[in-house]
Amino acid sequence: MNLAEDSKGAQTLQNASTLKSEEYRERVTLLGLSLPAVLAILIVVFLPIFWLSSLSFYNAAGALSLENYARIFESALYRRTFVVTFQISIAVTVICVFLGYPLCYWLSKLPDRTAAMLMVFVLVPFWTSVLVRTYAWLVLLQRNGVINSSLMSLGVIEEPLQLAHNLTGSIIGMVHIMLPFLILPLYATMRSIDTDLVRAAVGLGSSPRGAFWRVFFPMSLPGLFAGIVLVFILSLGFYVTPALLGGGRVQMLAQRIESTITVYSNWGAASALGVVLLLLALMMIWLMNRVFGLDKLFMR
Amino acid sequence: MEQVGQRKIDGMWLMVVGIAVLFFLILPTLIVIPMSFSGASFLEFPPTSFSFRWYAAYFGSPEWMSATQTSLIAALMTTAIATPLGSLCAYGLHCSTPQIRASAQALVIMPIIVPVILIAVGVFSLYAKLGLNYTLTGIVIAHTALALPFVIVTVMSGLQNYDFDQELAARSLGASRAVALLTITVPQVKFSIQTGAFLAFITSLDEVVISMLVSGGDNATITRRMFNSLRDQLDPTIAAISTCLIVVSVTALIGVQLIGHRKNIDK
Repeated sequence: MNLAEDSKGAQTLQNASTLKSEEYRERVTLLGLSLPAVLAILIVVFLPIFWLSSLSFYNAAGALSLENYARIFESALYRRTFVVTFQISIAVTVICVFLGYPLCYWLSKLPDRTAAMLMVFVLVPFWTSVLVRTYAWLVLLQRNGVINSSLMSLGVIEEPLQLAHNLTGSIIGMVHIMLPFLILPLYATMRSIDTDLVRAAVGLGSSPRGAFWRVFFPMSLPGLFAGIVLVFILSLGFYVTPALLGGGRVQMLAQRIESTITVYSNWGAASALGVVLLLLALMMIWLMNRVFGLDKLFMR
Repeated sequence: MEQVGQRKIDGMWLMVVGIAVLFFLILPTLIVIPMSFSGASFLEFPPTSFSFRWYAAYFGSPEWMSATQTSLIAALMTTAIATPLGSLCAYGLHCSTPQIRASAQALVIMPIIVPVILIAVGVFSLYAKLGLNYTLTGIVIAHTALALPFVIVTVMSGLQNYDFDQELAARSLGASRAVALLTITVPQVKFSIQTGAFLAFITSLDEVVISMLVSGGDNATITRRMFNSLRDQLDPTIAAISTCLIVVSVTALIGVQLIGHRKNIDK
Protein backbone atom coordinates (compact mmCIF):
# COMPACT_ATOMS: atom_id res chain seq x y z
CA MET A 1 0.00 0.00 0.00
CA ASN A 2 2.70 2.36 1.13
CA LEU A 3 4.96 1.14 -1.61
CA ALA A 4 2.32 1.73 -4.23
CA GLU A 5 1.76 5.27 -3.02
CA ASP A 6 5.50 5.93 -3.06
CA SER A 7 5.94 4.79 -6.62
CA LYS A 8 2.93 6.85 -7.64
CA GLY A 9 4.53 9.89 -6.04
CA ALA A 10 7.80 9.23 -7.84
CA GLN A 11 5.89 8.83 -11.08
CA THR A 12 4.20 12.20 -10.55
CA LEU A 13 7.57 13.78 -9.80
CA GLN A 14 9.09 12.29 -12.90
CA ASN A 15 6.10 13.46 -14.95
CA ALA A 16 6.47 16.92 -13.50
CA SER A 17 10.15 17.13 -14.44
CA THR A 18 9.46 15.80 -17.95
CA LEU A 19 6.67 18.34 -18.30
CA LYS A 20 8.97 21.06 -17.09
CA SER A 21 11.72 20.21 -19.58
CA GLU A 22 9.07 19.91 -22.31
CA GLU A 23 7.78 23.33 -21.39
CA TYR A 24 11.31 24.72 -21.49
CA ARG A 25 11.91 23.15 -24.91
CA GLU A 26 8.61 24.58 -26.13
CA ARG A 27 9.57 28.04 -24.95
CA VAL A 28 12.96 27.83 -26.69
CA THR A 29 11.32 26.64 -29.92
CA LEU A 30 8.83 29.50 -29.88
CA LEU A 31 11.53 32.02 -29.15
CA GLY A 32 13.56 30.54 -31.99
CA LEU A 33 10.65 31.05 -34.39
CA SER A 34 10.24 34.68 -33.39
CA LEU A 35 13.93 35.43 -33.25
CA PRO A 36 14.77 36.14 -36.93
CA ALA A 37 12.15 38.89 -37.23
CA VAL A 38 12.96 40.37 -33.83
CA LEU A 39 16.68 40.32 -34.65
CA ALA A 40 16.10 42.02 -38.00
CA ILE A 41 14.20 44.82 -36.29
CA LEU A 42 16.80 45.10 -33.51
CA ILE A 43 19.70 45.30 -35.95
CA VAL A 44 18.12 47.62 -38.50
CA VAL A 45 16.09 49.90 -36.24
CA PHE A 46 17.42 49.77 -32.68
CA LEU A 47 21.16 49.27 -33.08
CA PRO A 48 21.78 52.23 -35.45
CA ILE A 49 19.54 54.51 -33.39
CA PHE A 50 21.40 53.64 -30.17
CA TRP A 51 24.71 54.22 -31.89
CA LEU A 52 23.43 57.47 -33.35
CA SER A 53 22.18 58.60 -29.94
CA SER A 54 25.61 57.97 -28.44
CA LEU A 55 27.13 60.37 -30.99
CA SER A 56 25.11 63.22 -29.52
CA PHE A 57 27.16 63.08 -26.31
CA TYR A 58 30.47 63.85 -28.04
CA ASN A 59 31.57 67.29 -29.16
CA ALA A 60 33.47 68.11 -32.37
CA ALA A 61 36.80 67.37 -30.65
CA GLY A 62 35.57 63.87 -29.74
CA ALA A 63 35.31 64.51 -25.99
CA LEU A 64 32.26 63.62 -23.90
CA SER A 65 30.04 66.67 -23.47
CA LEU A 66 26.51 67.97 -23.57
CA GLU A 67 27.47 70.71 -26.04
CA ASN A 68 25.11 69.42 -28.70
CA TYR A 69 22.15 69.60 -26.35
CA ALA A 70 23.15 73.00 -25.03
CA ARG A 71 23.20 74.26 -28.60
CA ILE A 72 19.66 73.06 -29.24
CA PHE A 73 18.47 75.37 -26.48
CA GLU A 74 20.78 78.27 -27.33
CA SER A 75 20.63 78.38 -31.11
CA ALA A 76 17.77 80.48 -32.42
CA LEU A 77 17.71 78.34 -35.56
CA TYR A 78 17.07 75.10 -33.68
CA ARG A 79 14.58 76.75 -31.36
CA ARG A 80 12.67 77.97 -34.39
CA THR A 81 12.72 74.49 -35.86
CA PHE A 82 11.13 73.09 -32.71
CA VAL A 83 8.54 75.85 -32.57
CA VAL A 84 7.59 75.40 -36.24
CA THR A 85 7.45 71.61 -35.84
CA PHE A 86 5.10 71.85 -32.87
CA GLN A 87 2.95 74.55 -34.48
CA ILE A 88 2.48 72.51 -37.65
CA SER A 89 1.91 69.22 -35.79
CA ILE A 90 -0.69 70.78 -33.49
CA ALA A 91 -2.44 72.57 -36.38
CA VAL A 92 -2.54 69.37 -38.45
CA THR A 93 -3.85 67.32 -35.51
CA VAL A 94 -6.58 69.85 -34.66
CA ILE A 95 -7.74 70.14 -38.29
CA CYS A 96 -7.76 66.34 -38.62
CA VAL A 97 -9.98 66.06 -35.52
CA PHE A 98 -12.48 68.61 -36.86
CA LEU A 99 -12.61 66.93 -40.28
CA GLY A 100 -12.36 63.34 -39.09
CA TYR A 101 -14.76 63.25 -36.15
CA PRO A 102 -17.92 64.36 -38.04
CA LEU A 103 -17.05 62.00 -40.91
CA CYS A 104 -16.59 59.01 -38.59
CA TYR A 105 -19.76 59.84 -36.66
CA TRP A 106 -21.77 60.10 -39.87
CA LEU A 107 -20.29 56.84 -41.21
CA SER A 108 -20.91 55.02 -37.93
CA LYS A 109 -24.64 55.79 -38.16
CA LEU A 110 -24.98 54.51 -41.74
CA PRO A 111 -25.89 50.89 -42.55
CA ASP A 112 -22.84 48.56 -42.58
CA ARG A 113 -22.75 48.05 -46.35
CA THR A 114 -23.02 51.75 -47.23
CA ALA A 115 -20.40 52.68 -44.65
CA ALA A 116 -18.04 49.95 -45.91
CA MET A 117 -18.44 51.26 -49.46
CA LEU A 118 -17.76 54.85 -48.40
CA MET A 119 -14.70 53.73 -46.44
CA VAL A 120 -13.08 53.05 -49.82
CA PHE A 121 -12.78 56.85 -50.08
CA VAL A 122 -10.58 56.70 -47.00
CA LEU A 123 -8.68 53.52 -47.83
CA VAL A 124 -7.63 54.42 -51.38
CA PRO A 125 -5.74 57.55 -50.25
CA PHE A 126 -4.39 55.61 -47.27
CA TRP A 127 -2.87 53.01 -49.59
CA THR A 128 -1.65 55.52 -52.15
CA SER A 129 1.98 56.64 -51.98
CA VAL A 130 2.65 59.78 -49.95
CA LEU A 131 4.76 61.07 -52.85
CA VAL A 132 1.90 60.71 -55.32
CA ARG A 133 -0.48 62.64 -53.07
CA THR A 134 2.10 65.33 -52.33
CA TYR A 135 2.67 65.72 -56.07
CA ALA A 136 -1.07 66.12 -56.62
CA TRP A 137 -1.19 68.91 -54.03
CA LEU A 138 1.83 70.61 -55.61
CA VAL A 139 -0.09 70.74 -58.88
CA LEU A 140 -3.41 71.77 -57.30
CA LEU A 141 -1.91 74.52 -55.15
CA GLN A 142 0.49 76.04 -57.66
CA ARG A 143 0.07 79.67 -58.77
CA ASN A 144 -1.89 78.82 -61.91
CA GLY A 145 -3.36 75.67 -60.35
CA VAL A 146 -7.00 74.67 -60.35
CA ILE A 147 -7.72 76.06 -56.86
CA ASN A 148 -6.37 79.51 -57.63
CA SER A 149 -8.00 79.68 -61.05
CA SER A 150 -11.42 78.60 -59.79
CA LEU A 151 -11.29 81.03 -56.87
CA MET A 152 -10.39 83.78 -59.34
CA SER A 153 -13.13 82.92 -61.82
CA LEU A 154 -15.61 82.91 -58.92
CA GLY A 155 -14.40 86.39 -58.08
CA VAL A 156 -13.37 85.45 -54.54
CA ILE A 157 -9.82 86.66 -55.10
CA GLU A 158 -8.19 89.00 -57.62
CA GLU A 159 -4.60 87.82 -57.41
CA PRO A 160 -3.58 84.16 -57.20
CA LEU A 161 -2.88 83.12 -53.60
CA GLN A 162 0.50 81.76 -52.61
CA LEU A 163 -0.66 78.30 -51.56
CA ALA A 164 2.29 76.01 -52.26
CA HIS A 165 5.93 76.35 -51.19
CA ASN A 166 4.97 77.72 -47.78
CA LEU A 167 3.39 76.88 -44.44
CA THR A 168 -0.19 76.79 -45.80
CA GLY A 169 0.75 74.24 -48.46
CA SER A 170 2.61 72.07 -45.96
CA ILE A 171 -0.34 72.01 -43.59
CA ILE A 172 -2.92 71.26 -46.31
CA GLY A 173 -0.80 68.42 -47.68
CA MET A 174 -0.06 66.99 -44.26
CA VAL A 175 -3.72 67.04 -43.20
CA HIS A 176 -4.54 65.04 -46.34
CA ILE A 177 -1.86 62.44 -45.55
CA MET A 178 -2.62 62.21 -41.81
CA LEU A 179 -6.43 62.20 -41.85
CA PRO A 180 -6.80 58.42 -42.49
CA PHE A 181 -4.59 57.75 -39.45
CA LEU A 182 -7.15 59.59 -37.32
CA ILE A 183 -10.18 58.12 -39.06
CA LEU A 184 -9.25 54.42 -38.91
CA PRO A 185 -8.91 53.97 -35.10
CA LEU A 186 -11.73 56.45 -34.40
CA TYR A 187 -14.16 54.78 -36.81
CA ALA A 188 -13.31 51.32 -35.43
CA THR A 189 -14.08 52.54 -31.91
CA MET A 190 -17.36 54.22 -32.94
CA ARG A 191 -18.51 51.07 -34.73
CA SER A 192 -18.04 49.08 -31.53
CA ILE A 193 -20.16 51.51 -29.45
CA ASP A 194 -23.50 50.02 -28.47
CA THR A 195 -25.98 52.54 -29.91
CA ASP A 196 -28.74 51.13 -27.69
CA LEU A 197 -27.12 53.12 -24.87
CA VAL A 198 -27.68 56.36 -26.80
CA ARG A 199 -31.25 55.33 -27.54
CA ALA A 200 -31.76 54.51 -23.86
CA ALA A 201 -30.52 57.97 -22.88
CA VAL A 202 -33.00 59.57 -25.29
CA GLY A 203 -35.74 57.28 -24.05
CA LEU A 204 -35.03 58.39 -20.50
CA GLY A 205 -35.58 62.01 -21.46
CA SER A 206 -32.23 63.27 -22.72
CA SER A 207 -32.19 65.50 -25.80
CA PRO A 208 -30.42 63.92 -28.83
CA ARG A 209 -27.60 66.44 -28.47
CA GLY A 210 -27.32 65.78 -24.76
CA ALA A 211 -27.22 62.03 -25.40
CA PHE A 212 -24.47 62.54 -27.96
CA TRP A 213 -22.26 64.62 -25.66
CA ARG A 214 -22.88 62.66 -22.47
CA VAL A 215 -23.11 59.10 -23.79
CA PHE A 216 -21.68 58.67 -27.28
CA PHE A 217 -18.81 61.16 -27.22
CA PRO A 218 -17.18 59.86 -23.99
CA MET A 219 -17.30 56.32 -25.36
CA SER A 220 -15.60 57.42 -28.59
CA LEU A 221 -12.73 59.10 -26.71
CA PRO A 222 -10.31 56.13 -26.63
CA GLY A 223 -10.40 55.90 -30.44
CA LEU A 224 -10.16 59.66 -30.83
CA PHE A 225 -7.21 59.74 -28.48
CA ALA A 226 -5.42 56.93 -30.35
CA GLY A 227 -5.93 58.81 -33.61
CA ILE A 228 -4.70 62.09 -32.15
CA VAL A 229 -1.52 60.52 -30.76
CA LEU A 230 -0.86 58.69 -34.02
CA VAL A 231 -1.31 61.84 -36.14
CA PHE A 232 0.76 63.93 -33.73
CA ILE A 233 3.70 61.49 -33.57
CA LEU A 234 3.76 61.00 -37.33
CA SER A 235 3.56 64.78 -37.90
CA LEU A 236 6.45 65.51 -35.52
CA GLY A 237 8.80 63.32 -37.56
CA PHE A 238 7.28 63.91 -41.01
CA TYR A 239 9.71 64.54 -43.82
CA VAL A 240 8.39 64.16 -47.37
CA THR A 241 5.38 66.48 -47.59
CA PRO A 242 6.80 69.54 -45.76
CA ALA A 243 10.07 69.12 -47.67
CA LEU A 244 8.23 69.33 -51.02
CA LEU A 245 5.22 71.54 -50.24
CA GLY A 246 7.21 73.81 -47.91
CA GLY A 247 9.52 74.69 -50.79
CA GLY A 248 12.50 75.15 -48.45
CA ARG A 249 10.68 77.85 -46.46
CA VAL A 250 9.32 75.42 -43.89
CA GLN A 251 11.96 73.54 -41.90
CA MET A 252 10.55 70.88 -39.63
CA LEU A 253 12.61 68.71 -37.32
CA ALA A 254 13.03 65.82 -39.74
CA GLN A 255 14.31 68.09 -42.53
CA ARG A 256 16.66 69.84 -40.10
CA ILE A 257 18.11 66.47 -39.07
CA GLU A 258 18.54 65.42 -42.70
CA SER A 259 20.17 68.67 -43.81
CA THR A 260 22.42 68.81 -40.72
CA ILE A 261 23.88 65.51 -41.90
CA THR A 262 23.82 65.68 -45.68
CA VAL A 263 24.71 69.38 -46.01
CA TYR A 264 26.76 70.15 -42.88
CA SER A 265 27.94 66.62 -41.93
CA ASN A 266 27.39 67.57 -38.31
CA TRP A 267 26.50 64.17 -36.87
CA GLY A 268 26.67 65.29 -33.24
CA ALA A 269 24.11 68.07 -33.68
CA ALA A 270 21.86 65.93 -35.88
CA SER A 271 21.84 63.05 -33.41
CA ALA A 272 21.02 65.37 -30.50
CA LEU A 273 18.00 66.59 -32.49
CA GLY A 274 17.20 62.95 -33.25
CA VAL A 275 17.33 61.98 -29.56
CA VAL A 276 14.91 64.78 -28.69
CA LEU A 277 12.55 63.71 -31.48
CA LEU A 278 12.78 60.07 -30.34
CA LEU A 279 12.06 60.97 -26.72
CA LEU A 280 9.04 63.04 -27.77
CA ALA A 281 7.71 60.13 -29.84
CA LEU A 282 8.31 57.60 -27.05
CA MET A 283 6.58 59.84 -24.52
CA MET A 284 3.53 60.06 -26.76
CA ILE A 285 3.50 56.30 -27.22
CA TRP A 286 3.78 55.74 -23.49
CA LEU A 287 0.82 58.05 -23.01
CA MET A 288 -1.15 56.27 -25.71
CA ASN A 289 -0.35 52.90 -24.13
CA ARG A 290 -1.65 54.13 -20.76
CA VAL A 291 -4.94 55.38 -22.20
CA PHE A 292 -5.63 53.15 -25.19
CA GLY A 293 -3.38 50.08 -24.91
CA LEU A 294 -1.00 49.20 -27.71
CA ASP A 295 -2.44 45.67 -27.51
CA LYS A 296 -5.50 46.88 -29.40
CA LEU A 297 -3.34 47.33 -32.48
CA PHE A 298 -2.98 43.56 -32.55
CA MET A 299 -6.69 42.82 -32.49
CA ARG A 300 -9.44 43.48 -34.88
CA MET B 1 -41.60 68.20 -32.72
CA GLU B 2 -39.02 70.95 -32.45
CA GLN B 3 -36.48 68.32 -31.40
CA VAL B 4 -37.15 66.21 -34.47
CA GLY B 5 -36.57 69.26 -36.68
CA GLN B 6 -33.33 70.03 -34.90
CA ARG B 7 -32.22 66.43 -35.33
CA LYS B 8 -32.92 66.57 -39.06
CA ILE B 9 -30.86 69.73 -39.43
CA ASP B 10 -28.03 68.21 -37.37
CA GLY B 11 -28.15 65.10 -39.55
CA MET B 12 -28.07 67.18 -42.74
CA TRP B 13 -25.04 69.11 -41.57
CA LEU B 14 -23.30 65.91 -40.61
CA MET B 15 -23.93 64.44 -44.05
CA VAL B 16 -22.71 67.58 -45.85
CA VAL B 17 -19.50 67.70 -43.81
CA GLY B 18 -18.97 63.94 -44.15
CA ILE B 19 -19.33 64.00 -47.94
CA ALA B 20 -17.08 67.08 -48.21
CA VAL B 21 -14.35 65.34 -46.20
CA LEU B 22 -14.63 62.19 -48.31
CA PHE B 23 -14.18 64.29 -51.46
CA PHE B 24 -11.25 66.11 -49.86
CA LEU B 25 -9.64 62.69 -49.33
CA ILE B 26 -10.33 61.08 -52.69
CA LEU B 27 -10.17 63.88 -55.28
CA PRO B 28 -6.53 64.98 -54.82
CA THR B 29 -5.55 61.31 -54.76
CA LEU B 30 -7.11 60.60 -58.14
CA ILE B 31 -6.50 63.94 -59.87
CA VAL B 32 -3.14 62.81 -61.26
CA ILE B 33 -4.89 60.20 -63.40
CA PRO B 34 -6.60 62.63 -65.85
CA MET B 35 -3.49 64.83 -65.75
CA SER B 36 -1.28 61.97 -66.88
CA PHE B 37 -3.22 61.74 -70.19
CA SER B 38 -2.75 65.42 -70.99
CA GLY B 39 -1.35 66.33 -74.39
CA ALA B 40 0.09 69.65 -73.26
CA SER B 41 3.79 70.04 -72.62
CA PHE B 42 3.15 71.55 -69.20
CA LEU B 43 0.93 70.51 -66.30
CA GLU B 44 -2.65 71.56 -66.60
CA PHE B 45 -5.86 70.61 -64.95
CA PRO B 46 -8.36 70.00 -66.36
CA PRO B 47 -6.38 68.74 -69.39
CA THR B 48 -7.41 70.20 -72.76
CA SER B 49 -6.10 67.45 -75.03
CA PHE B 50 -5.54 63.73 -74.75
CA SER B 51 -2.34 61.82 -75.38
CA PHE B 52 -0.12 59.04 -74.13
CA ARG B 53 3.01 61.18 -74.47
CA TRP B 54 3.86 61.13 -70.71
CA TYR B 55 3.52 57.37 -70.63
CA ALA B 56 5.80 57.22 -73.67
CA ALA B 57 8.24 59.51 -71.85
CA TYR B 58 8.14 57.25 -68.77
CA PHE B 59 8.44 53.91 -70.54
CA GLY B 60 11.00 55.31 -72.99
CA SER B 61 13.37 56.60 -70.33
CA PRO B 62 16.19 54.21 -69.37
CA GLU B 63 16.65 56.02 -66.02
CA TRP B 64 12.99 55.73 -65.02
CA MET B 65 12.84 52.12 -66.21
CA SER B 66 15.94 51.17 -64.24
CA ALA B 67 14.51 52.87 -61.13
CA THR B 68 11.19 51.06 -61.63
CA GLN B 69 13.01 47.77 -61.95
CA THR B 70 15.00 48.42 -58.73
CA SER B 71 11.83 49.32 -56.83
CA LEU B 72 9.89 46.29 -58.07
CA ILE B 73 12.71 43.86 -57.32
CA ALA B 74 13.25 45.40 -53.88
CA ALA B 75 9.51 45.23 -53.11
CA LEU B 76 9.25 41.60 -54.26
CA MET B 77 12.32 40.54 -52.27
CA THR B 78 11.11 42.44 -49.20
CA THR B 79 7.75 40.64 -49.46
CA ALA B 80 9.46 37.27 -49.95
CA ILE B 81 11.57 37.73 -46.81
CA ALA B 82 9.24 39.70 -44.51
CA THR B 83 6.17 37.47 -45.05
CA PRO B 84 7.64 34.15 -43.78
CA LEU B 85 9.77 35.80 -41.06
CA GLY B 86 6.86 37.91 -39.83
CA SER B 87 4.39 35.01 -39.94
CA LEU B 88 6.73 32.73 -37.95
CA CYS B 89 7.32 35.53 -35.45
CA ALA B 90 3.56 36.06 -35.07
CA TYR B 91 3.07 32.32 -34.50
CA GLY B 92 5.89 32.20 -31.94
CA LEU B 93 4.53 35.22 -30.07
CA HIS B 94 0.96 33.94 -30.22
CA CYS B 95 1.98 30.76 -28.38
CA SER B 96 4.29 32.48 -25.87
CA THR B 97 3.43 33.56 -22.35
CA PRO B 98 1.51 36.85 -22.05
CA GLN B 99 4.50 38.69 -20.53
CA ILE B 100 6.87 37.75 -23.37
CA ARG B 101 4.16 38.57 -25.90
CA ALA B 102 3.50 42.02 -24.43
CA SER B 103 7.14 43.11 -24.42
CA ALA B 104 7.85 41.59 -27.83
CA GLN B 105 4.79 43.33 -29.31
CA ALA B 106 6.03 46.69 -28.06
CA LEU B 107 9.42 46.03 -29.63
CA VAL B 108 8.06 44.71 -32.88
CA ILE B 109 5.82 47.70 -33.68
CA MET B 110 8.61 50.21 -33.05
CA PRO B 111 9.53 50.50 -36.75
CA ILE B 112 6.04 51.94 -37.38
CA ILE B 113 6.22 54.42 -34.52
CA VAL B 114 9.85 55.57 -34.48
CA PRO B 115 10.16 58.53 -36.89
CA VAL B 116 11.37 57.07 -40.17
CA ILE B 117 13.97 59.83 -40.64
CA LEU B 118 15.80 58.46 -37.56
CA ILE B 119 15.75 54.92 -38.95
CA ALA B 120 16.97 56.29 -42.30
CA VAL B 121 19.88 58.24 -40.83
CA GLY B 122 20.80 55.32 -38.55
CA VAL B 123 20.71 52.77 -41.35
CA PHE B 124 22.66 55.14 -43.60
CA SER B 125 25.50 55.39 -41.07
CA LEU B 126 25.46 51.64 -40.36
CA TYR B 127 25.58 50.88 -44.08
CA ALA B 128 28.47 53.31 -44.54
CA LYS B 129 30.53 51.00 -42.32
CA LEU B 130 29.30 47.83 -44.04
CA GLY B 131 29.49 49.16 -47.60
CA LEU B 132 25.78 48.53 -48.12
CA ASN B 133 24.77 52.03 -49.24
CA TYR B 134 23.58 52.15 -52.87
CA THR B 135 23.10 48.36 -52.97
CA LEU B 136 19.91 46.38 -53.54
CA THR B 137 20.76 44.19 -50.51
CA GLY B 138 20.85 47.28 -48.31
CA ILE B 139 17.46 48.52 -49.54
CA VAL B 140 15.87 45.10 -49.06
CA ILE B 141 17.23 44.67 -45.49
CA ALA B 142 15.97 48.10 -44.41
CA HIS B 143 12.58 47.67 -46.09
CA THR B 144 12.19 44.21 -44.55
CA ALA B 145 12.55 45.67 -41.05
CA LEU B 146 9.94 48.32 -41.93
CA ALA B 147 7.52 45.78 -43.42
CA LEU B 148 7.80 43.15 -40.64
CA PRO B 149 5.49 44.93 -38.16
CA PHE B 150 2.66 44.98 -40.73
CA VAL B 151 2.99 41.24 -41.37
CA ILE B 152 3.28 40.43 -37.67
CA VAL B 153 0.27 42.56 -36.71
CA THR B 154 -2.02 41.14 -39.42
CA VAL B 155 -0.99 37.51 -38.87
CA MET B 156 -1.33 37.82 -35.09
CA SER B 157 -4.84 39.18 -35.42
CA GLY B 158 -5.60 36.29 -37.79
CA LEU B 159 -4.28 33.79 -35.23
CA GLN B 160 -6.51 35.33 -32.57
CA ASN B 161 -9.56 34.29 -34.56
CA TYR B 162 -8.19 30.79 -35.17
CA ASP B 163 -9.07 27.90 -32.90
CA PHE B 164 -5.62 26.75 -31.82
CA ASP B 165 -7.00 23.43 -30.50
CA GLN B 166 -7.04 22.24 -34.11
CA GLU B 167 -3.27 22.30 -34.25
CA LEU B 168 -3.01 20.68 -30.81
CA ALA B 169 -5.39 17.94 -31.97
CA ALA B 170 -3.24 17.27 -35.03
CA ARG B 171 -0.14 17.06 -32.88
CA SER B 172 -1.71 14.78 -30.29
CA LEU B 173 -2.69 12.51 -33.19
CA GLY B 174 0.97 12.20 -34.14
CA ALA B 175 1.75 15.10 -36.49
CA SER B 176 5.01 16.86 -35.80
CA ARG B 177 4.88 20.54 -34.93
CA ALA B 178 6.14 21.55 -38.38
CA VAL B 179 3.58 19.36 -40.18
CA ALA B 180 0.75 20.58 -37.96
CA LEU B 181 1.79 24.18 -38.47
CA LEU B 182 2.07 23.91 -42.25
CA THR B 183 -0.95 21.70 -42.98
CA ILE B 184 -3.44 22.79 -40.29
CA THR B 185 -2.62 26.29 -39.07
CA VAL B 186 -1.16 28.03 -42.13
CA PRO B 187 -4.11 27.25 -44.46
CA GLN B 188 -6.51 28.68 -41.87
CA VAL B 189 -4.67 31.97 -41.44
CA LYS B 190 -3.71 32.11 -45.13
CA PHE B 191 -5.80 35.26 -45.62
CA SER B 192 -4.00 37.18 -42.91
CA ILE B 193 -0.65 36.09 -44.34
CA GLN B 194 -1.69 37.27 -47.82
CA THR B 195 -2.86 40.61 -46.42
CA GLY B 196 0.46 40.98 -44.61
CA ALA B 197 2.30 40.21 -47.85
CA PHE B 198 0.36 42.91 -49.75
CA LEU B 199 1.14 45.41 -47.00
CA ALA B 200 4.83 44.47 -47.06
CA PHE B 201 4.94 44.96 -50.85
CA ILE B 202 3.28 48.39 -50.72
CA THR B 203 5.41 49.47 -47.75
CA SER B 204 8.58 48.78 -49.71
CA LEU B 205 7.34 50.14 -53.04
CA ASP B 206 6.13 53.46 -51.58
CA GLU B 207 8.95 53.99 -49.08
CA VAL B 208 10.70 57.35 -49.64
CA VAL B 209 12.87 58.51 -46.76
CA ILE B 210 15.15 55.48 -46.33
CA SER B 211 15.42 55.06 -50.09
CA MET B 212 16.40 58.69 -50.42
CA LEU B 213 19.50 58.19 -48.28
CA VAL B 214 20.35 54.54 -48.82
CA SER B 215 19.55 53.93 -52.50
CA GLY B 216 21.27 55.62 -55.37
CA GLY B 217 23.45 55.21 -58.43
CA ASP B 218 22.29 52.24 -60.49
CA ASN B 219 20.16 51.15 -57.55
CA ALA B 220 18.12 54.32 -57.11
CA THR B 221 14.49 53.49 -56.35
CA ILE B 222 11.62 55.10 -58.21
CA THR B 223 10.55 57.05 -55.11
CA ARG B 224 14.06 58.52 -54.75
CA ARG B 225 14.04 59.67 -58.37
CA MET B 226 10.53 61.07 -58.04
CA PHE B 227 11.43 62.96 -54.87
CA ASN B 228 14.50 64.53 -56.43
CA SER B 229 12.64 65.40 -59.61
CA LEU B 230 9.78 67.02 -57.64
CA ARG B 231 12.25 69.20 -55.76
CA ASP B 232 13.30 70.83 -59.02
CA GLN B 233 10.18 71.09 -61.17
CA LEU B 234 6.74 69.67 -61.86
CA ASP B 235 7.56 67.18 -64.60
CA PRO B 236 4.30 65.78 -66.13
CA THR B 237 6.08 62.40 -66.52
CA ILE B 238 5.57 62.06 -62.74
CA ALA B 239 1.80 62.12 -63.33
CA ALA B 240 2.13 59.03 -65.55
CA ILE B 241 4.36 57.29 -62.98
CA SER B 242 1.97 58.27 -60.17
CA THR B 243 -0.95 56.79 -62.08
CA CYS B 244 0.95 53.50 -62.41
CA LEU B 245 1.70 53.54 -58.65
CA ILE B 246 -1.98 54.22 -57.87
CA VAL B 247 -3.00 51.28 -60.06
CA VAL B 248 -0.60 49.02 -58.13
CA SER B 249 -1.84 50.26 -54.72
CA VAL B 250 -5.51 50.01 -55.65
CA THR B 251 -4.97 46.52 -57.08
CA ALA B 252 -3.36 45.50 -53.77
CA LEU B 253 -6.21 47.11 -51.83
CA ILE B 254 -8.82 45.29 -53.93
CA GLY B 255 -6.86 42.08 -53.37
CA VAL B 256 -7.00 42.56 -49.61
CA GLN B 257 -10.70 43.46 -49.68
CA LEU B 258 -11.52 40.42 -51.80
CA ILE B 259 -9.58 38.23 -49.39
CA GLY B 260 -11.50 39.69 -46.47
CA HIS B 261 -14.79 39.26 -48.31
CA ARG B 262 -14.09 35.62 -49.16
CA LYS B 263 -13.10 35.01 -45.56
CA ASN B 264 -16.42 36.38 -44.34
CA ILE B 265 -18.30 34.15 -46.76
CA ASP B 266 -16.35 31.11 -45.61
CA LYS B 267 -17.40 31.70 -42.02
